[in-house]
Amino acid sequence: MSHYYKRAVKDILENRFQNLVTIITIAFSVLIVSAFTLFFYNAGNIINSWKQGIRIMVYLSDGVTKPQQLDTKYRFAEIPGIQKSRFISKQEALELLKQQLQRQSSLLGNLKENPLPDAFEITLKPSSQNYERLEFIAKRLENLPFVDEVEYGQRWMQGVSAIVNLISITGYAFGSLFLLASVFIVANTIRLVLFSRQEEIRIMKLVGATNRFIKIPFYIEAIIQGIMGSLLGLTFLYVVYLFIGTYFKGGITAKTVNICFLPYDVILVIIISGMGVGMIGGAIALKEFLKS
Amino acid sequence: MRIIKDKNAIIRMFHVHKRYGAKQALIDISLDVKKNEFLFVNGPSGAGKSTLLRLLYLGTPVSEGQILVDGINLSRIPQSKIPYLRRKIGIIFQDYKLIHTKTVYENVALVLEAMGKKKVIIDKKVKNVLLTVGMKSRQDALPPTLSGGEQQRVAVARAIVGDPKIILADEPTGSLDSESSRAIMDLLEKYYIRGATIIIATHDKSIIKQTDAKVVELSEGRLLSNTKI
Repeated sequence: MSHYYKRAVKDILENRFQNLVTIITIAFSVLIVSAFTLFFYNAGNIINSWKQGIRIMVYLSDGVTKPQQLDTKYRFAEIPGIQKSRFISKQEALELLKQQLQRQSSLLGNLKENPLPDAFEITLKPSSQNYERLEFIAKRLENLPFVDEVEYGQRWMQGVSAIVNLISITGYAFGSLFLLASVFIVANTIRLVLFSRQEEIRIMKLVGATNRFIKIPFYIEAIIQGIMGSLLGLTFLYVVYLFIGTYFKGGITAKTVNICFLPYDVILVIIISGMGVGMIGGAIALKEFLKS
Repeated sequence: MRIIKDKNAIIRMFHVHKRYGAKQALIDISLDVKKNEFLFVNGPSGAGKSTLLRLLYLGTPVSEGQILVDGINLSRIPQSKIPYLRRKIGIIFQDYKLIHTKTVYENVALVLEAMGKKKVIIDKKVKNVLLTVGMKSRQDALPPTLSGGEQQRVAVARAIVGDPKIILADEPTGSLDSESSRAIMDLLEKYYIRGATIIIATHDKSIIKQTDAKVVELSEGRLLSNTKI
C-alpha cells in the first residue's frame, strides 16, 4: 500500500499547479456549502429556541369580573393544545411595563388610570408548537366570550422560517452546482495527469500491471485532493466565523442562543463529501481513460 | 476448428491471420514453439516479425486463427486475465520502453510491484538481477542518462526479474553496437539455460549465426521455413 501512497504523493508534487487549482476549486465549493450549512444550523437552533417559548397573550375586555375571568380560564381547558394559563392582572402588567421601561418608567407616573387590560398568558403543549396549531388555537381563543384580543408575537416567525428555508435551498442548490463542477475539475486534472503519463501506463500494462494497480494511486490522489480542499474550505469558514465573533465583541450571541461553529459530525460529513467529490471525479477520468 | 493443447509446446499458433485495416500483416501462420526452445524469427523490415510477437502478449488481437500460450487460448482470455498472461512473458523492446521518470531500480521493481510482491523480496530480486545484467552500480540513474546498451540491459533485467516462462525480444540488438549486442545475447542465453523459452525477432543474421538456435523466416506476412542460417 505504501507504494500506492508514494506514487500518489509523487504525482501531486509533480503536477503541483493542476492539483492546487483542483484543491482550491473543491475548497471553494466546500466553503459555499458549509457556509450555508452553518447559517442553516444556527438559524434552525434560534428558531427552535423561539418555538419553545411560544406564548399566546389573551387580553380580556374592559370591566370583566372575577367570575367571568374564572369562566374564561375554565374554557381554556376545552381547547386542545393548551398546557397552562397564567392570569396577569392589569396592575401586574403595569408593574412589568415599568420594570421594562426602567429609566423611562417615570413617564407612566402621569397616567390617571391604568390603560392596560387584564390578560392570560397561555403556554402551549410541545406538540402544538407549530404554526397551524397556533393559528387554530388563537382563533378558538378569539371566539371566547370576554376576550377582546389575542396576540402571539411569533406570528412573524413563519415568515422568517420560510426565508431561512429559501436561503438554505438556494445555498444547497449553489453548493451542489459547485460540487458538481468540482467533480468535473477533479476528473479533468486526473485526465490531464493520465494523458501526460500515457506511455508509462502503457508500459505498466505490458509488464503485467492490472487496472487496479494503475487506478489505486489516482484514487488516492483524488481523495487527497478532496480532503485538502475540504479542510481548506472549512478553515477559511472558521477564520471568517472567528472574525465575525471578534467583530461582535465577547463572542457571538443572540440573546437566548449561542451562535456556534459546525459540530464535529457535520464537519466530518463535509470532509467525507469532499473525498467523495474527489473519488467520483477520479473514477470518471479513469473509466474513460482505461476504456480507451 | 479448435486448437489442441500439446504438453511439449508452450506456444501454438494455428492458421493465424492478422490484418490492420486492409493490410495483411500475417497470413496463415501455424507454428509450435517448444518449452525451453531458443527461436529466432527472421525476416526483413515489414515482414510481420513484431506483429507476430505482439500477438503473443496480446499487444494486438488476432484477426483469424487461434493461439495458445502456456495452455491459455488468447482468443478466449477475459480482459481481466491479460495482466496475468503478461506476467508469464518477459518482453524486450527495440526502443527499450523504460519509464523515463523512474530510476533503473524502480523500472525493474515495477514488475514485481505489479505482481504484489513484498518489499523485501522485491529489493532482493531487483538487486540480484541488476547484478546479473551489470547495472547494479547504475540503479539510481534515470534511463535518459544511460547509453543504448545500458538501457537495453535494464530492459532485459525488467523482462527476467519476474521469472517468466517466455521471453519475447523484438530486435533487442537493433540499435546497439556489436559489443553491446553480444552482451545482450549472452544474458538471454543465460536465461535460456535456466529453462526459459526465448523468441527473438530480428533482421540481423549476424547474431543468428552465432548460435545453434532454431530459425523461422517471415516474408510479407508468410512463414517461409524453419531454417538454420
